[in-house]
Amino acid sequence: MGQHSLKVLKGINLKIDDGEFVSIMGSSGSGKSTLLNIIGILDTYDKGSYYIDDELIKDLSESRAATLRGQYIGFVFQSFNLISFKNALENVAMPLYYQNVRRRERNAIALDYLDKVGLKDWANHHPSEMSGGQKQRVAIARALINNPKLILADEPTGALDSVTSQEVMNLLKDINKEGRTVIIVTHEHDIAGQTSRVINVKDGLVI
Amino acid sequence: MERLTEIWLGIRSNKLRTFLTGFSVAWGIFMLVLLLGVGTGLQNGTRDQFKDDAINSIWVNPGQTSISYNGMQPGRKIQFHDQDFDILKAEIQGGEKFTARVDDWAGRSVTYGTKSAQYRLRGVHPEHQFVEKTIMLTGRFINEGDLLKRRKVCVIGQPVETELFGEKSSIGEWVSVGGVPFRVVGTFMDEGSEGENSTIYLPVNTMQLAYGYADKIDRVMFTIGDATLEESQAMVQQVKERMAQRHNFSLEDDRALYVRNNFEEYKRIADVLGMMNKFFWLIGILTIFAGIIGVSNIMLITVQERTREIGIRKAIGAKPLSIILMIVEEAVLITVFFGYFGLFFGVFLLELISKAIPEDGAVFTNPTVDFSTAINALIVLVVAGALSALIPAARASRIKPVEALAAD
Repeated sequence: MGQHSLKVLKGINLKIDDGEFVSIMGSSGSGKSTLLNIIGILDTYDKGSYYIDDELIKDLSESRAATLRGQYIGFVFQSFNLISFKNALENVAMPLYYQNVRRRERNAIALDYLDKVGLKDWANHHPSEMSGGQKQRVAIARALINNPKLILADEPTGALDSVTSQEVMNLLKDINKEGRTVIIVTHEHDIAGQTSRVINVKDGLVI
Repeated sequence: MERLTEIWLGIRSNKLRTFLTGFSVAWGIFMLVLLLGVGTGLQNGTRDQFKDDAINSIWVNPGQTSISYNGMQPGRKIQFHDQDFDILKAEIQGGEKFTARVDDWAGRSVTYGTKSAQYRLRGVHPEHQFVEKTIMLTGRFINEGDLLKRRKVCVIGQPVETELFGEKSSIGEWVSVGGVPFRVVGTFMDEGSEGENSTIYLPVNTMQLAYGYADKIDRVMFTIGDATLEESQAMVQQVKERMAQRHNFSLEDDRALYVRNNFEEYKRIADVLGMMNKFFWLIGILTIFAGIIGVSNIMLITVQERTREIGIRKAIGAKPLSIILMIVEEAVLITVFFGYFGLFFGVFLLELISKAIPEDGAVFTNPTVDFSTAINALIVLVVAGALSALIPAARASRIKPVEALAAD
């Protein structure tokens, strides 16, 4: 970002195994979002090294980064980040569009995943017609459609009430039970408490 | 198809803005088409002015000397004879079809049965048909056999046939031309004036014999094939030199001989029109350029507004190239779609104008846009669309997913 280098992460030594259910906790400014962005190949880093499945993720071209994201990682965001002019089905199917899957096929797959998150009947609704919990479930379906190894969830329950938060957490637990690695960034203790490992980040360090 | 759906969804969410931008493109193309149509109209009008005679022809008309030369006084009338025709036909390099002509402008009384009228006469060689671009309607034109046997045959214009024969065919009938009987062998029409059609053609030597012209002729005309402008000018020079030598007048004397190079005249006007056409293209393209800037501007705003969406797309696996293509295709689609409307209305208006102006609209006729022009306009549209997307697409491809997702 610009010419100024900003030291956000100051020494992270972290290994997350296949199939783990991990939460990253920390106050705002602690560097937890930067850490998540690096794990998600959304951001680059200057020093150190990061591997996914023994593949070094460093100095990648944008195009290569996009391919790896599409292949390995599914994102769930606090503000859902659905595309407003597309309906639920089209939103879920979108990652497959970038993998050149044909329309008919990707819509069929998307419908399966919507069914999995319990929103099959909402396939033709636009995000504006859905509740926060429903939107997040659509986003989770979208994150799953590529069959990624890793689900990255950035404050997935941050915008939800406690009941829907729990629904979303249950969904993430189910996903983890299927053998996928799930990493959640959160500042809520009861959410973090439901994961099998909690990583605390403070001032750019794991404590 | 897949991409089109993606783009359509994007456009649909910004209807008004897309429409306003599209309008400027439609306007640009509309103006281009209109200008080009007017250009074509002017070109057609000019071509019509020339369609009477072969464009590639040279007319050699004797005049009167105006400079004393070799001891001869000025004011001497130059008279052509059969021999002048023979010399020019034999010596002019690049000449194609040659004819001499005897003109009787006042004409003679032509009678068939009880009907009679005055028509002008022309004595010509067979190849005159090509020089004047005479269109045969029935029968045949004067031929070599007519000349060889000095036949008393004539070819009459369509109005002559109608006036003397009514509905009846004139072919094979005998008419009296100034008291001399001629047999009609053909009827013709000419795209020139009314007078050109109310004319009677006779074999040149028959006419000379019948009306006491001896071996005099009034002019020599010939076509020059597909000679270039320079070649035609060289031929004119050759004619002048040869005739000056033969008739004893100064080469500087520009009244002794009038040589009309139709090709040169046509070429001169065609060049002016060609320039005008280029100028019209320039104005049209500049107008479209304003449209391009409009589209570019809108696409920039679109990219700005869709930063987050583009970030999401990148996060879920969109490569920079596919984002660039998305923007470019959207811009091209908008320009082509609205440009098509501009094209349509431009052509529509030209059709209306075309119907409103009279058939013999002198300098301006049939202002249409031909197929190749339409194709060119379409190419301009696509290029314009792609061009307008350059900057916005570059900006979109630079969007970093992290920043886009952080932006609210």
